[in-house]
Amino acid sequence: MTLTENSNAASVSFENVTKVYGTDVRAVDNISVDIAAGTLVTLLGPSGCGKTTTLRLIAGLEMSTSGTIRIGDKDVTKLPATDRDVSMVFQSYALFPHMTVLENVSYGLKFSGFDKTETKERAMAGLDLVGLSGYGTRLPSELSGGQQQRVAVARALVLEPQVLLFDEPLSNLDAKLRRQVREEIREIQQKLGLTVVYVTHDQEEALAVSDRIIVMNNAVVAQDGTPRELYDAPANRFVADFIGEANILDCEISSVTGDRAKVQLGDYGAELPSRGLASGKALLAVRPNRVIVGKSGMENAIPGEIARFTYVGNHLELTVDTDHGQIFATSTDVDAEFQPGDAVAVTFASKGPVLLGE
Amino acid sequence: MVKPATQKKTAQSTLLTWLIVGWAGFCLVPWYGMEDGFFSFDWLSWGYLFDTDTAPGLFLVFQGEKLWLAPLMVFLAAPIYAVGKARTDASYSKILIICGALGFGWLIAQGFGIGIRGWQFAWLEDLFGPLGDRQFGMGYGGLLVASAFLFVFTQGIAARGAVNGDIFVVGAIGFIIAIVTIFVFYPILSMLGSAFITQENSYSVGVFFEKFTDRRLWGLACLSGGRCGAAWNSLALAILVGALTTILGLIFALVVTRTGFRFKRGLRAMTVLPIITPPFVIGLAIILLFGLSGNVTRFFADLLGIAPSRWVYGLPGILIAQLLAFTPIAFLVLIGVVEGVSPSMEEAAQTLRANKWETFRTVSLPLMRPGLANAFLLGFIESMADFGNPLVLGGNFDVLSTEIFFAIVGAQYDQGRAAVLALVLLAFTLAAFYAQRFWLGKKSYTTMTGKGDAGVHPQLPQGLAIPVFTIAGIWMLFTLTIYVMIVYGSFVELWGVNNALTFKHYLTAFSVKFGEHGVHWSGSAWDSFWTTLQIAAVSAPLTAAVGLVTAYLLTRQNFAGKSAFEFGTMLSFAIPGTVIGVSYILAFNVPPIEITGTGIILVVSFIFRNMPVGVRAGIASMSQLDKSLDESSLTLGANSWQTFLNVILPLLKPAILAALVYSFVRAMTAISAVIFLVSAQYNMATSYIIGRVENNDYGLAIAYSTTLIVVMLIAVGLMQILVGRTNVGRRMGQTRTTVQAGG
Ligand SMILES: Nc1ncnc2c1ncn2[C@@H]1O[C@H](COP(=O)(O)OP(=O)(O)O)[C@@H](O)[C@H]1O
Ligand SMILES: [Mg+2]
Repeated sequence: MTLTENSNAASVSFENVTKVYGTDVRAVDNISVDIAAGTLVTLLGPSGCGKTTTLRLIAGLEMSTSGTIRIGDKDVTKLPATDRDVSMVFQSYALFPHMTVLENVSYGLKFSGFDKTETKERAMAGLDLVGLSGYGTRLPSELSGGQQQRVAVARALVLEPQVLLFDEPLSNLDAKLRRQVREEIREIQQKLGLTVVYVTHDQEEALAVSDRIIVMNNAVVAQDGTPRELYDAPANRFVADFIGEANILDCEISSVTGDRAKVQLGDYGAELPSRGLASGKALLAVRPNRVIVGKSGMENAIPGEIARFTYVGNHLELTVDTDHGQIFATSTDVDAEFQPGDAVAVTFASKGPVLLGE
Repeated sequence: MVKPATQKKTAQSTLLTWLIVGWAGFCLVPWYGMEDGFFSFDWLSWGYLFDTDTAPGLFLVFQGEKLWLAPLMVFLAAPIYAVGKARTDASYSKILIICGALGFGWLIAQGFGIGIRGWQFAWLEDLFGPLGDRQFGMGYGGLLVASAFLFVFTQGIAARGAVNGDIFVVGAIGFIIAIVTIFVFYPILSMLGSAFITQENSYSVGVFFEKFTDRRLWGLACLSGGRCGAAWNSLALAILVGALTTILGLIFALVVTRTGFRFKRGLRAMTVLPIITPPFVIGLAIILLFGLSGNVTRFFADLLGIAPSRWVYGLPGILIAQLLAFTPIAFLVLIGVVEGVSPSMEEAAQTLRANKWETFRTVSLPLMRPGLANAFLLGFIESMADFGNPLVLGGNFDVLSTEIFFAIVGAQYDQGRAAVLALVLLAFTLAAFYAQRFWLGKKSYTTMTGKGDAGVHPQLPQGLAIPVFTIAGIWMLFTLTIYVMIVYGSFVELWGVNNALTFKHYLTAFSVKFGEHGVHWSGSAWDSFWTTLQIAAVSAPLTAAVGLVTAYLLTRQNFAGKSAFEFGTMLSFAIPGTVIGVSYILAFNVPPIEITGTGIILVVSFIFRNMPVGVRAGIASMSQLDKSLDESSLTLGANSWQTFLNVILPLLKPAILAALVYSFVRAMTAISAVIFLVSAQYNMATSYIIGRVENNDYGLAIAYSTTLIVVMLIAVGLMQILVGRTNVGRRMGQTRTTVQAGG
């Protein structure tokens, strides 16, 4: 048999969930999110921001201090891990060292009411799916890191859980393997239509695999959206900074009409979506590849001086000193010649800048 | 998936099972204990239901007898209503908690309130008038009904969401608390109560202080050539023994795991020998060697032309004997820890430019800290509680454990003094316990990630290997000599007087005749021998089970009152056997639990005396297992009981073996508690041997001891085969040995 589309895949929803460790460590602070069935959602954020805790709350390995957690339509807030139909792939893989690969993969099936032959068939199918068919009789210690990782994935997959959780699954793998394994995970997820919640602190990994990304910071959700939304329209300074690089510049909103705002930054002016901001001081975030560095005296641009110039093969990296701070730019026009100290002018592509509150 | 449904079913069927057990206990089996003992089924004949001696509770009540049992029916009946209800229903948990608590409470209240002479307390008589009836200790019925109430109660607590609503964990916690309370706290409290009892049977604090400040307890005269108090003696001895056994144990563990030592197997086997030797046998052998007329003493006296002295009696003798006896315990604790240190950590250190010595000092040794602390604690407490060696070798060196013994059996017969001494002993051991926790602090020593560590332990650095070899070698020689002396002594007609060889002692003890009625066990030792085997075989698995479950709860679960729980479970270890013995007699000679003179009291005393070793061994091994192993099992749908069974237990085989071996062997060799608890029907080998020693029949005593040693060797070997090994498949290198405790 082979594993086919998973009809169990269920949504996950958090409603004002808080987790306090001991008396005062607020690891998760009043979070509300919805994760649709059959999607891969990443929890992204710096170390210590509460990602693992959030994941463990879904698994039932931690109990929330307050709030409601639902999987599918069912309120699971008070259910322990055993009783939730959720599997997890641990950062350390947590393969049982005293069981063979096949026994590891069969482990959960044993407790799910499958008979012996079906358990074996499913386990074999799971191993097949991760490309380890011939390895059933080995002990985990006789596998490489990447193979151990796949066993851990297979072990969780064969249960066809409502939700599959990954806690930094690639952190013990080398870079090349990382790309390969993450693509495999994504492929399997899409093929089987699984709901996957995936924790990582690597923004590139998150952008590459996710349907949606939930960015966390200091125990709260900083932003929740598709990779494109996060990249093109970060909601705040933290997200703009954390996902990709961004120049964050102080600017002035001179007037707001409807949802358009007139923005002034020295000699540069533009009309941008106001994103709910009122006139006054604001921040402007611009991705480096949306920065245009041109000849001094250019229209609608701020003057500056080249501070650093690096040629990195397929693009140029430029750092420009201006009155508004350093601006970092990349340019695909690799033939342009700049020298440190050259006077230049900096402006932004029309869809480039995004207004931020604080 | 099917899981949520099964879960609900488990909860319901568990509740139903316990209710059936409770009702069976009330309706089908005799309520009161049987005269002939727990395992005799003579009562099982027609009509037992109606004989008031053997009737179940229900039939007693229907006959109008023991009407105070009637309320139990209400508490057993009400939970039936909850069986049909959903677990999340608020009334479900309420009914279970109320009925469980009230039922259990009532059971205890009636047990203590009404005894052999009717009302136990005068105020009850004042309140209700004379009773005109009485009752004896509870039996099967009481036991089953009490268990039912207990587990109904814990299921109610679980349903309210304690420990994530886990029935198994809450039930296990409740069970351990109940048995520790009944078999540790209750006897000790009733015993300590007597520390305040005056000659006239009234309570007084003064009497306590008078005994506490005794000069025989705290005197420091030995600093100026006199005799020191027993408290200081015990403390000094225990610190010495704790430290030295830990060092020696570590040395042997290192030799076995990290060197190319050629006699590893021999060393392993030899470190086991002293554990399976009854106490005072080592003491006797040391007297044979170093005593006034001992071989070594005489040899040196002749050589140097000086008069033989009694130097060995007192601190030196006890120290040597205890080192021989307790180093193997430290070894057993440390071997698991030393092997558990992940080789990849050590390999990592080496690649970070640490040389072998630096690696050992900065990585291996610190990672062994929990093991070292445990080993020290065990050695310290064992030394404090040891009774056999100070009895034989003590001379003028008084220690607390023997003082307690003499306070009770001696001419002085002073229960109060015994209780005060026990308090002091307890204070020392508890202080050691807390010092250990303080030292370990909150650091994590987890090294096994469950990824199946690859790699090989590095060899010991050269500079360390040489002294380590030397010490191991000396130890082996010394131990060998001691045992040769023991075996040789068992064949000698009369030591030091008539050195002719003979089988006489063995024949007296173990002769077998084949008559017309089959085999006739005519030897004088057979009775106590069979009893001992039986009791040891029953108590070992029970001890291991209770110990490991406790260790699991302590390392893997979080619940309110956990540190109090740990304290309670470790307490019995800090109480010397003498005190356990006396307190058991006092507490269990009267209803509601009347087990003095039975085999049960022996089994129970062994379980609670040896359980802490199981707990410690379990904790040491379990804290080396990464928690993500359990957690992944839980997220894969196994419940906590299945996780315990399938993941934790198999990875704990070394700890299980250590616990089994230790408790079996201790049950066969223990003396201090046993000597109070044996009866004509249940005599144990050690108390029989002590009797021989008192009659100066050394030959027979040593022959019997030798036989016991051989029997235990065989039993330990069998257990190793039975428990088997768990292959975690580390890459085998030239120095790897499979994790395995005790030769
Ligand atoms: N068992 C625990 N006890 C106390 N504090 C904890 C525990 N687990 C995590 N924390 C704290 O909660 C916060 C969030 O941790 P975690 O969810 O592991 O972060 P992340 O996975 O995002 O790195 C951290 O500050 C961490 O120190
Ligand atoms: Mg984390």
